Amino acid sequence: MKASGTVFKYGSNVDTDVIIPARYLNTTSEAELAAHCMEDIDGDFVTRVRPEDIIVAEDNFGCGSSREHAPIAIKASGVSCVIANTFARIFYRNAINIGLPILECPEAVKGTKAGDRLEADFASGTIKNLTSGKTYSAAAFPPSIQEIIAVGGLLKKIQLGGKL
Amino acid sequence: MGMTMSQKILAAHAGLKEVKAGQLITADLDIVLANDVTAPVAVKEFEKAGLSGVYDRDRVALVMDHFTPNKDIKAAEQCKCVRAFAKKNGVKNFFDVGEMGIEHALLPEKGLVGAGDLIIGADSHTCTYGALGAFATGVGSTDMAAGMATGKAWFKVPSALKFELIGKPARYVCGKDVILHIIGLIGVDGALYKSMEFTGEGLQHLTIDDRFTIANMAIEAGAKNGIFPVDHITRAYLHGRFKREPKEYAADADAEYERSFTVNLSKLKPTVAFPHLPSNTRTIDKVGDVKIDQVVIGSCTNGHISDLAVAAKILKGRRVAEGVRVIFFPATNDIYLEAMQKGYIKTFIQAGAVVSTPTCGPCLGGHMGILAAGERAVATTNRNFVGRMGHPESEVYLASPYVAAASAVTGRISSPKELK
Repeated sequence: MKASGTVFKYGSNVDTDVIIPARYLNTTSEAELAAHCMEDIDGDFVTRVRPEDIIVAEDNFGCGSSREHAPIAIKASGVSCVIANTFARIFYRNAINIGLPILECPEAVKGTKAGDRLEADFASGTIKNLTSGKTYSAAAFPPSIQEIIAVGGLLKKIQLGGKL
Repeated sequence: MGMTMSQKILAAHAGLKEVKAGQLITADLDIVLANDVTAPVAVKEFEKAGLSGVYDRDRVALVMDHFTPNKDIKAAEQCKCVRAFAKKNGVKNFFDVGEMGIEHALLPEKGLVGAGDLIIGADSHTCTYGALGAFATGVGSTDMAAGMATGKAWFKVPSALKFELIGKPARYVCGKDVILHIIGLIGVDGALYKSMEFTGEGLQHLTIDDRFTIANMAIEAGAKNGIFPVDHITRAYLHGRFKREPKEYAADADAEYERSFTVNLSKLKPTVAFPHLPSNTRTIDKVGDVKIDQVVIGSCTNGHISDLAVAAKILKGRRVAEGVRVIFFPATNDIYLEAMQKGYIKTFIQAGAVVSTPTCGPCLGGHMGILAAGERAVATTNRNFVGRMGHPESEVYLASPYVAAASAVTGRISSPKELK
């Protein structure tokens, strides 16, 4: 699985309140959530984001509330992948569970500017900066997590009779 | 190598003699929780996956507390969806308006969570129950849906940070100051993926409500869970309340901690977290002149009876400052009733404050106390991110009920010492 897109870059501690403010949590509609994605940190995001674009951020991306609406909003806005130095743990689980690819790769974060074109291969963890020509390698997920991603999410795994 | 208290609870629930940090395990859950914001997503996924019923009708808790009493039509539809799911699946612990309270105060009060439990909840502040000697952690809606269906969840066994608490807190210093101090020390990702284990002789000076506040905000340091040993204070709280048999776990003497910190409670001062991170802390003497528009006292962090008692003592016979809106949120109906019986509600209203039904409303900028652009609030809540209580250009300052109540009187962030 590969995707390539333009980078939206953010700093550390991007919390789930700015990814999707609580005032919009009265819906589970993916389209409605996507319409307000990143609203309180980047008002133009929803008008500029294109399918396959990539969010790159520094430390502790997705901290705060456990709202799964945050990775849902990001995924539904067309973003193909989030790359960060580290993720807050609930966001990390949620992204895996709903099938939003995430990669932890501080080198790639350091070597990427807003507006760069990136190509990410989620299976191998290879990240290519098409603007600078540099290539980076993110750590692979443990096998049990890869299995969740491969079947298309946690509930799919249970549905298929897989052990948790 | 020995195990931490958190590791022991995980091992017991995974049917293993021993676990090590970093190990992936599948463990049995004692309680699975969600609320009116996270449950609808879980229900949608649960039904989409065609899952057949909940694993145990007594072990699922659904609390309608975030946007209730329904703040708008969409919120009403969300509660309706959860209500129907609870009915269809015979979920016993479904708490609607009239019975509900803020989930993390309600579940302990109802005796649904206790020592030795393994709990997941689709709410980040699920870590609150660590105050009772349980391993409790927040998850998202999909994990919660899977937990409801199977009674199990996967975990990566966390490593731990140890916080040795010594000394006795000074007057006007409480659990909120302890945890704000610690978050200020280690940062909002200082405990990322890890357990925060609290220990030490200072624990004897921390009430169960102090411990709830401290464990509640472990997530604000990025922690997977925060946990307290079980002692006479825990036992006194659980006695006659907890519906199952408590199981007491203790860390091994040779348990491994990534880092240990000593916190001298007697040296702490009232502490305030400035916008826009809980780690952006200053002690009360370094706050300066910060004028405020609103005060919020309540929430899962500080909506306990002892928090209201503190505020009532300060507000008794005083008036809130002109131009300051002061809103109280008792965390549950039982707390509300007790506050009424003790005369606190009357004190608040006579002082010029208002008292709301239990709800998470203002804490997350949902309803019942939203801020306009440029407005500032002092709140006893747990987060002060950009836009947390309303407009993205508003500001939230986190503090204890002592500081919040004193600030209500002066109209700026103040210590109770300033009041005559």
